[in-house]
Amino acid sequence: MADVGALPSFLEASVRLGTPLALAALGETITERSGVINIGLEGSMIAGALGGALGALWLGSAGFGVLVGAGGGVLVAAVFALFSIGLGADQIITGTAVTLGGLGFTGAIYQARFGATGTALTLPTLPALPVPVLDRIPVVGGALFDQAPTVYLAYVLAPALWFFLFRTASGLELRAVGEEPSAARAAGVRVRRTRLWATLFGGALGGVAGAHLALAHAGTFAENMSAGRGFIAIAVVVLGRWDPVWVLLAALFFGAASALQFLLQTLGLSVPYQLFLAFPYLVTLAALAGWVGRSRAPAALGLPWPAE
Amino acid sequence: MLRLDARRLGALGGSAAALGVTAVVAGVALWAGGYDPWTAFRALVVGATGSFDALFSISLVRSVPLILTGLAVALAFRAGVWNIGAEGQLYAGAVAGVWVGLHGAGVPAWALVPALLGASAVAGAVWASVPTLMKLRLGIGEVITTLLMNFVAIDLTAWAVHGPLQESRHVFPQTDPIAPAAHLPIIVPGTRLHAGFALAVMLALGLWAFFRWTRLGFAVRAVGASPEAAALSGRMDARRVVLATFLGSGALAGLAGGVEVAGVTWALYEGLSPGWGYTAIAVALLAGLEPGAVILTGIFFGVLEGGAGAMQRNAGIPSVWVSAMEALVILSVLAVDRIRRSGAWRAEGGTGGIPEAADG
Repeated sequence: MADVGALPSFLEASVRLGTPLALAALGETITERSGVINIGLEGSMIAGALGGALGALWLGSAGFGVLVGAGGGVLVAAVFALFSIGLGADQIITGTAVTLGGLGFTGAIYQARFGATGTALTLPTLPALPVPVLDRIPVVGGALFDQAPTVYLAYVLAPALWFFLFRTASGLELRAVGEEPSAARAAGVRVRRTRLWATLFGGALGGVAGAHLALAHAGTFAENMSAGRGFIAIAVVVLGRWDPVWVLLAALFFGAASALQFLLQTLGLSVPYQLFLAFPYLVTLAALAGWVGRSRAPAALGLPWPAE
Repeated sequence: MLRLDARRLGALGGSAAALGVTAVVAGVALWAGGYDPWTAFRALVVGATGSFDALFSISLVRSVPLILTGLAVALAFRAGVWNIGAEGQLYAGAVAGVWVGLHGAGVPAWALVPALLGASAVAGAVWASVPTLMKLRLGIGEVITTLLMNFVAIDLTAWAVHGPLQESRHVFPQTDPIAPAAHLPIIVPGTRLHAGFALAVMLALGLWAFFRWTRLGFAVRAVGASPEAAALSGRMDARRVVLATFLGSGALAGLAGGVEVAGVTWALYEGLSPGWGYTAIAVALLAGLEPGAVILTGIFFGVLEGGAGAMQRNAGIPSVWVSAMEALVILSVLAVDRIRRSGAWRAEGGTGGIPEAADG
């Protein structure tokens, strides 16, 4: 039967497509736990994709490309932090501007290097590294454990960040800054410094997510290739209720929603391609409407500090 | 929060300073990218305004969707509604408008244009109603939902022009041309400047009057400034204000799509908008969220986008630089606003330091 054969490749595609969402959303989880909502995550992703592409090209290795991509993501997040944390400007407007700037400048840099015609760029790609033993698990083994190293990074980060947030003193400080910044300040926590680090960390993971898009998915860079995934990642944080483990699961769920088109194609159903493109966004909206009532954002999310 | 007090935002002075900052930063960026900034700016300005035809047929035509979506953003932001969804609402309006233009055979010719524009405004409001209801009924922030609705609208538009609305030969991903009776009339003979420009200017003035002289306009400003205080006054229902401004904002953005279809393209295709709904945020912020000033900033961005093509042709600078410049405009407005505010704080008898300095 077709579905038995299709299932492993569907799972594989779900994980591959879910990973950039997971990485970006895990970073944004930390950022938002500190009280900062960074809509500029999309800008960090596209900068990470371009940084990853250029880094892999210059240094001849996809692994170094990921590091350069992280640097690109940090750079964009630093601009966001300068305005929203440093100057206390509105986070939504700053994030929108940073995303527009990220898309514009990466396009400009790409065209300056490779010409406006968009000659196809072939990059070294991140190889799949099978995890011994685990990749032999029937059906799911290959999908989960024969993937690019960035996928394993997401697996490891989710429990690690959960431990950091809920079992360490620094994690408690970070959450305090996001819930009650004035009380945290009174207790001696440096609010803006904490938010700065949380934002830069989110930018770094957004950059890694973008590099994953360029180096594990496509093996090339295209303008606008982040295609709104940074925004979906922010929705994934809400769906995962600001808990890293749930955020990872929510991201994989949306990877599955995106991978559905491949599954239905193999099953021989013909649904127009453009409707499939809209599907993950619709699922995100529906999931927000259905689940969000039971979750609560950090109390100081989006508010400047010190308050005016 | 961006305070919405026009006096402090200093409509003209602040915007001029922000533009100065943008010009300097963009110049340095262009220079760093290996281009001559002076050549770039000159090519852009000459390309956009150097001839009667360039100004009226390119730049002012380009400014129409920017003014309309800029008004949509200004209205929403004034009420503290973060509608980042003008792009999707524009597409919803364009789809509805083109549908009327294609299937309006039964409508009398004189009523076709109003029907088209009305349908596009309604479609924009309907598109905005999803995030509105999610905000009011479920308490879900509108930033993410409006952004997600943009992607849905763009994908559904692509589906429509590949599927149910595709032109009759089924070759190109676009619709058939709309009925000539549905075209907007040209208002400057010999150019492509259509009646949508006049409509946009009238709507801007109307919105200005709405804010200044109507009870609801006052309520919108009050709710945007402080929802708690507005609720405490007991005189206004903040939820109704949010509902009205969100839907009104969507209608204005939807109208932008209908006007573009009826005035310029006469058909619908993928990529109708190069991101006007996002540029609109820069248009509205540079105008200090003042509807009257949106006319000027809309024309300004129309000149920028209109000149981008000439800059690419004549100076070899990719037109994508213009979208980078739009981001710089927003950041400059924010920076100038913040710096002016900290200066005002000092002048009001503060201790001379920015209060944040206490934190390290």
